[in-house]
Amino acid sequence: MDKRTKNGAFWLVMPASALLAFSFVLPIMAVMNYSLHDVFFGNNFIWVGAHWYETVLGSVEFWGTLGRTFLYAVLVIAIEIPLGVWIALHMPRFGRQATFFVMIAAIPLLIPWFIVGLIWKVMSDASIGPLGVLATGVTDLYDLNNVITAWIIIVLADVWHWVGLVVLLSYATLVAIPQAYYQAAQIDGASRRAIFFHVELPRLKRVLIIALLLRLIDGLMVYIEPFMITRGGPGKSTTFLSQDLIQTAMKEFDFGEASASALIYMLIMLTLAWALFRIMTASDD
Amino acid sequence: MTKAFKPYRQRPIIPLIYAIFVFLPLYWLVCISFMTQDEATSGLSFFPKNPTVNNYLYILTDPGWTLGFVNAAIYSGLNVLLSLAVAIPAAYAFSRYQFLGDKHLFFWFLASRMTPSAVLFLPLVQLYSEVGLMDKVLGVALAHCMFTVPVAVWILEGFFKQIPPEIDETSKIDGRGWISFAVKILMPIAAPGIGVAAFFCFMASWVELILANALTTTEAKPIVAVLFRAGGPLGFVHLPILCAAGVLTIIPGLGLVYFVRHYLATGLSMGRVNRM
Repeated sequence: MDKRTKNGAFWLVMPASALLAFSFVLPIMAVMNYSLHDVFFGNNFIWVGAHWYETVLGSVEFWGTLGRTFLYAVLVIAIEIPLGVWIALHMPRFGRQATFFVMIAAIPLLIPWFIVGLIWKVMSDASIGPLGVLATGVTDLYDLNNVITAWIIIVLADVWHWVGLVVLLSYATLVAIPQAYYQAAQIDGASRRAIFFHVELPRLKRVLIIALLLRLIDGLMVYIEPFMITRGGPGKSTTFLSQDLIQTAMKEFDFGEASASALIYMLIMLTLAWALFRIMTASDD
Repeated sequence: MTKAFKPYRQRPIIPLIYAIFVFLPLYWLVCISFMTQDEATSGLSFFPKNPTVNNYLYILTDPGWTLGFVNAAIYSGLNVLLSLAVAIPAAYAFSRYQFLGDKHLFFWFLASRMTPSAVLFLPLVQLYSEVGLMDKVLGVALAHCMFTVPVAVWILEGFFKQIPPEIDETSKIDGRGWISFAVKILMPIAAPGIGVAAFFCFMASWVELILANALTTTEAKPIVAVLFRAGGPLGFVHLPILCAAGVLTIIPGLGLVYFVRHYLATGLSMGRVNRM
């Protein structure tokens, strides 16, 4: 559809822009201000220039946390996207069963994140949780104080929580594919595999970029679920950026340092988001 | 034509396994919520031996906890209204017109969705203290707009694009103003889209913890923050009560999913997410 050029349309966007200016742009500007100062008691500011940026960028801990956060995001995406598509492909497309499975996929998305953390803390507990008890019975290696076990649990919890989003988005795309496409494929004698790669996957491309974008953003922001399950431990092995920022700001009252790492964190996310946004708009045309 | 061709992988066994995977942890949550503290922490049990509703009674009779539910419901609802009120005109503008800086603005809307709450909560607390929005449900609803407005604009834009522009023209010829057009024509036509957008806004606001916790102290504290205070540091001390509260926080979500069950898949497939 051709869009008309009309600068007056800006007025329609004004309310939304004003709201975001208040809740998003203003606080970001304050964060920029903090990051250049040493802040005492929240209201005494001493100019320190780029000091906090140097501290943050030179700290091994920051890079470690950043690396872990990326590893987490990449791991959950690598599991959830193929798994979600696979489940969606096998879902019935009509009738009551279809509605039932759509509801199943949507349920975990509406559970408060704190509760998701609680659920998986209980599940993984070695003395009262079914998963924990089962795993302890099968292998001696199951130990929440072990880095690998802790990671498996938090990734499993994330998959439980979010694979439904990929299922819903892919399923919605799959049901929208006209029957004629499948009939044409059948006449051509296409195998099930060929139908997936030549009919379904091209259709799914766009929605998978969106799923990737959303999971990447939220994976990088992850906070309460791993925090509830492992408290960021053992050691710092499951401490991610959000938790690190909140701790620096609330427990150590280092507003300046927290703000500097927050801005670096945000810049990285925006760059990634921009790249994905470009890919997405390019696939629109 | 002979029999309709069904080339799908009609093997519901895989989604069935997925359904069990989703349900098992929830079953345990419900299970523990009916146990006593001793039973819950004494070992693995598959169902409560002496089911008790005391945990639920404890929560429902304590105003601190019940108020938490009311607060969360109010700010989530308020957030849906606010987000839709600003997102509908914005999404309409993005779907119909080109204007100076439209692409940049659209990206900045998304950027707002992408900014972690952990980055913004400190200045938001200061800003809201200055303007008197601290510890108010309206404050939380406004703060949550940061990630709900972009999502609502994004979803609605896709729906509005599917409405033929001739409808706008006709409405203009009839002499309708923008508001009358939006309320009487645009919104009824795009109702499934508005429903899906409302679903996503409510969901995002209901499950959020960081901002809801930071921006409230006593009056407006939502249930997740009450739980976070009670359950975060204490861990298993009040496990059955925590689980009971957890079950109660899931119920509104279940209700919502049930109400939108028929629109969820079709709604999503018509929106921006699926336009080719």
